[in-house]
Amino acid sequence: MFFNENWEIKVGLAKMLRGGVIMDVTNPEQAKIAEKAGAVAVMALEKVPADIRKEGGVARMADPEIILRIMDAVSIPVMAKVRIGHFVEAQILEEIGIDFIDESEVLTPADEEHHIDKHKFKVPFVCGARNLSEALRRINEGAALIRTKGEAGTGNVVEAVRHMRLIQREISQIASLREDELFRKAKELQVDYNLVRYIWENGKLPVPNFAAGGIATPADAALMMQLGAESVFVGSGIFKSSNPEKYASAIVEAVAYYDNPKVLARISMSLGEPMKGIDIGKLKEEELLQTRGV
Amino acid sequence: MKKIGILAIQGDFEEHKLVLKKLGVDYKFVKEKRDFEDIHGLIIPGGESTTFRKIIRNYSLEEEIIKWRNDKKPTFGTCAGIIIMSSQILNDEEGFGYGFLDIVIERNAYGRQRESFIAEVEYNFNHRAKVAFIRAPIIRKVNKGEAIARLNGRPVGIQDENFIGITFHPEITGDIKLHEYFLKLVNSSG
Repeated sequence: MFFNENWEIKVGLAKMLRGGVIMDVTNPEQAKIAEKAGAVAVMALEKVPADIRKEGGVARMADPEIILRIMDAVSIPVMAKVRIGHFVEAQILEEIGIDFIDESEVLTPADEEHHIDKHKFKVPFVCGARNLSEALRRINEGAALIRTKGEAGTGNVVEAVRHMRLIQREISQIASLREDELFRKAKELQVDYNLVRYIWENGKLPVPNFAAGGIATPADAALMMQLGAESVFVGSGIFKSSNPEKYASAIVEAVAYYDNPKVLARISMSLGEPMKGIDIGKLKEEELLQTRGV
Repeated sequence: MKKIGILAIQGDFEEHKLVLKKLGVDYKFVKEKRDFEDIHGLIIPGGESTTFRKIIRNYSLEEEIIKWRNDKKPTFGTCAGIIIMSSQILNDEEGFGYGFLDIVIERNAYGRQRESFIAEVEYNFNHRAKVAFIRAPIIRKVNKGEAIARLNGRPVGIQDENFIGITFHPEITGDIKLHEYFLKLVNSSG
């Protein structure tokens, strides 16, 4: 146990979600499709990231009414997003009984200096990270689950791959340090010494590490798993594809059998069109979501 | 040496692995039909029971599991594990499990995640331990079997011969006594 009992229960739920797929949904019908396909949880949203990206403007927490309807429709855990630093949106979601909060760069940040003090909440939080330093700061603030940021709403897995590889590489670098080098490492990463020490002793983060941001196909999901992700968030990839039921099922199976090419080949066949992707190189600097909240 | 299989299609199978490692037991992950061939006991971990059942069905694990039950081979389920081991499931689309245990169980019966908690349970083998109840089910009716664990006097774990199901997670708080008990059961059965 790293912090306290409250944190341990929150990380406990994150552990139960491992080896699974968390799907973005915008209404009860989609939530039911996701549950039936075998999703371990759904993320209740007003718009999927691809539409948030297209429409612009300030993206905020979804209407609690929409979230409640989705919570009523399924028996699996329901997550929802709040703006970075917007602890009142988080209080509202905790009040309506949400199971997990995503303090997400996909929404417009409400605070450019501070994230939410997540230790104050009974409900667990997941936060995005591009590298180990971001991941450890979020854990220190109380996050019970880390996910790669990737580049949400693009259908392009390249950034999630970059972030997962980097985090794994930084973890193995710490594991190979001498004990007396950990102090300097903590200083360099701008994080708590004890967190660095935990990684040195255990060779992993004290919370599960999932993948998110641009995962669109079963092969993308399996790629992230083989790179060390413990579960996968799929945002726009399912309900922006030509056949959501099929895509949802196939991605669930791809995550369960991520290291079995025979299964992966079979489930990748005749799925229909995946979501149309975006070349991230063509996005302007201000259109990138991953640089929010570091 | 006997080998324990951990159903590893989804959920906290890594935590069960850590406990078995601590106990120095031979183990393997079970994901395919042929994985059942060389194991002597089966652990069904926590996770999402709806996900478990979908994969069990689509990957022909169902007949293996039913055969495993009919052969009365040692099986130990935690949380989602006891749910799919139950004969009847409330608050569930399908309403029935694989019938290892003749009990009625209700999913997410304490409420949502904010109602999850850590508490001390009392085992019937003279041991108390702090364990985690995470979106846990409640045992509503026991048609057959004994309470192996109780919380405030109410059964939260049932044993019926070689089958043990509990609604909580000793593997999350790190208590290894029930796994030890299960291993004895595996070692004493043919």
